[in-house]
Amino acid sequence: MDRIESAPVPAAAECGQPEGDDALNRRQFLGAATRLGGLVLALSLPLPRTARARSNPASAELNAWLSIAPDDSITILVDRSEMGQGVFTALPMLLAEELEVSLDRVAIVAAPVGDAYFNAANGGQMTGTSNSVQDAWVKLRTAGAQARSMLIRAAAETWGVDAAACRARDGAVIGPSGARLSYGALAERAARLPVPQQVALKAPNEFRLIGRGLPRTDTPAKVDGSAVFGIDVRLPGMLYGTYAQCPVLGGWPESVDASAAQGMAGVHSVLTLDRGVLVLAEHYWQALAARKALRVHWNPGPNAHLDNAGIRALLARAADTDPGLVARSDGDVHSALRGAARTFSATYELPLLAHATMEPMNCTADVRADRCDLYVGTQAQQLSQAAAAVPAGLPPDRVAVHTTLLGGGFGRRLDIDFIPAAVAGSKAAGRPVQVIWTREDDMTHDTYRPPALERVSAGLDADGRLVAWQLHITSPSVTARVAPPVVGVDASVVEAAIDMPYDVPNLSITYTRQEIGIDLGYLRSVSHALNCFVIESFMDELAAASGRDPLEFRMRLLDKQPRHRRVLETAATLAGWGRNAPGRHQGLALMEGYSSKIAQIAEISFDAGKLRVHRIVCVVDCGRMVNPRIVESQIESGIVFGLTAALWGEVTIEGGAVKQNNFDGYRVLRANECPQIVVHLLASEEDPGGIGEVAVPPVAPAVANAIFAATGERLRTLPLGRFKPRGA
Amino acid sequence: MRIRLNDRMVEVDAAPDTPLLWVLRDHLNLRGTKFGCGRALCGACTVHLDGAAVRSCSVPLAAVGGRAVTTVEGLSANRRHAVQRAWIELDVPQCGYCQSGQIMSAAALLAANPAPSDADIDAAMAGNICRCGTYVRIRRAIHRAAELLRGGE
Ligand code: FES
Ligand code: FES
Repeated sequence: MDRIESAPVPAAAECGQPEGDDALNRRQFLGAATRLGGLVLALSLPLPRTARARSNPASAELNAWLSIAPDDSITILVDRSEMGQGVFTALPMLLAEELEVSLDRVAIVAAPVGDAYFNAANGGQMTGTSNSVQDAWVKLRTAGAQARSMLIRAAAETWGVDAAACRARDGAVIGPSGARLSYGALAERAARLPVPQQVALKAPNEFRLIGRGLPRTDTPAKVDGSAVFGIDVRLPGMLYGTYAQCPVLGGWPESVDASAAQGMAGVHSVLTLDRGVLVLAEHYWQALAARKALRVHWNPGPNAHLDNAGIRALLARAADTDPGLVARSDGDVHSALRGAARTFSATYELPLLAHATMEPMNCTADVRADRCDLYVGTQAQQLSQAAAAVPAGLPPDRVAVHTTLLGGGFGRRLDIDFIPAAVAGSKAAGRPVQVIWTREDDMTHDTYRPPALERVSAGLDADGRLVAWQLHITSPSVTARVAPPVVGVDASVVEAAIDMPYDVPNLSITYTRQEIGIDLGYLRSVSHALNCFVIESFMDELAAASGRDPLEFRMRLLDKQPRHRRVLETAATLAGWGRNAPGRHQGLALMEGYSSKIAQIAEISFDAGKLRVHRIVCVVDCGRMVNPRIVESQIESGIVFGLTAALWGEVTIEGGAVKQNNFDGYRVLRANECPQIVVHLLASEEDPGGIGEVAVPPVAPAVANAIFAATGERLRTLPLGRFKPRGA
Repeated sequence: MRIRLNDRMVEVDAAPDTPLLWVLRDHLNLRGTKFGCGRALCGACTVHLDGAAVRSCSVPLAAVGGRAVTTVEGLSANRRHAVQRAWIELDVPQCGYCQSGQIMSAAALLAANPAPSDADIDAAMAGNICRCGTYVRIRRAIHRAAELLRGGE
């Protein structure tokens, strides 16, 4: 069989010439995708119907998320980026539930930029904060119910019967006499009807899809190589680019001698941009070879002397001299500390981390005189649009953003630093350009997870009960960089700390912002990870100091938190808390985040002084689950991600440059190091909570607490992997 | 230069030092094989050379010689390989970016060892990073694929 010629061609390559419709900003929600040439970056979801539905000019748009073609093909647009967390399955399930269609009948495509797709909680069309399902929970079910109601009305009008006598079932409307009209036959008429403002949503006991572990819609394309990530986009005449940036973060090219590179095989051109040097060639390998022949004199800029010790000193000085802004204050912590029977204090330090998505940063741009098409794995469509508009020299509404599948996001693709060079390159070359960062580029020019220095004090009364808790967080603010201005406390820095579930009458959380001169970004679970490590480690310190079992110590402070009690108790039962085998040691951690509650118990041992994590038991209450199978995989995923950070996560900076530049220096958990993971999901009828990030933070404190149980040594800095017990 | 790729002979017009990865992706438009690190550290680019798993980012075109190259696209028609079936059954992929490489490593393992133990799986899969942390399911899916290969359903 001819595998070469028949190799799957992503629709991006088939989308042909743009139509040049100048009404790009009209009917934004659906218009952009269809008018810009029937773009079916359908991300190869393996439904041949997909392409047909989207390219079928007769297909009717019932709302911003749904179109139905006369041949009954149904397309659902998903306005959140699929980066592994399952939104291409969970969000269509919400709409399909009310529409009364099964998921396997639906083709799924990524939505363009559009007002309808804004996520109010994120302040834009953005995938992050684990809130895709929470944001869509009512919105998409309502959209499905409205469409269903319009289809029923269209059928009733066709038949001249009362709509109340008709019902929708499995992609068709059934009339009182048993007559049946498929959605495809009704869609055009339905789309012309007014959108009903009041629709009743199904009661949970009527759900056919929600709550079921349906297979992911994106799996088939991800097992045969046909899934289209940003790096897989191909456009006619496309050049490949590699982008050299100053090794010192924040530096720029002062002068460039490209004479040797220019003449090399396949090289199209070399462009010196504000922040780096772009080499364009017919093939990527040629571009990489030519990049090695560049002679660039870099101006290192202000960070030439930055290193980890300097960063630490900056944070420590700020922590010493600034009282901080108050993020939460209950009771009177100062008098409570003075009056406490015993007080304790400790300082915790958290390192810089890299995102290290498996797919390195990349972007493809096609700039024309009057428009720009951007093909990019992004978590932030509007920011991408704005980032492209400037180098394209076009207004943002002339930039169409085609979101591909993301080979990992973790917050890295909320940033837009990998976009402008591709756009500038395409504009200069007059051809489409794909810029791919090497792994080295990706790792040495990440927008790193901020470091933090956290000072915590607590007071226990004579009975050993926690009566005062004071936490002072000193850390840079990502929000102040990406969404200025931040007035007062950056909420993303104090999360988890201000939601601490424990009942403490006198509590103070303060924040001192201290920048460190480099670009930092949100990383999966953001500050939950830092603050949960501090809180859950220090809770363990307090339990030990008061001679209590860590579980019991916490349970005493959770009288008012039945959901937290339940996750903790269930985890303890499942893990056999306190009944560990000889040589094994347990540690636990509890957290609330993204409206979900989570407890983890790690079981470790030291074998000839070498730390080994054997098992992590995790219990989650995330409210109602749309797809428990995806929830489970996200929890597994979070645990592995959290364990990587806990054991080895640390970016070191020397002379303003990042030392780790590939997976040898920046170690991530591998199959042979992966512990047994036991996930237990609690049934709940609460509204859905987030699941993509919540499992990351508890891992580090659970393991650190287990290390304490094993060795009596308290580790207050991460990563833990370099720890050697005394005498080992 | 001609190479044997997915049961066909194909003509490649690329410099001999071009890594097989980029030959596949850029010259032959087979994009299932992914770029992750370029230094044989992550496994995203895994393909088979005469049935053995290799990191195509670190195999120059000139070194391929007469050996048969198999990529994820050539593994089976219609995702019928036992590894692909098991992957679908267990919904292994998350972002999916590493999965072509994982699948090719798993297929090579099972071809050489039809009933691998957990330790065998760990050893064979340690070179394939999954940043999404699908390791638990990969292990289960390899056992399941072994079962499918033995004729189980
Ligand atoms: S890209 Fe070849 S091993 Fe990573
Ligand atoms: S599935 Fe995302 S890296 Fe493996």
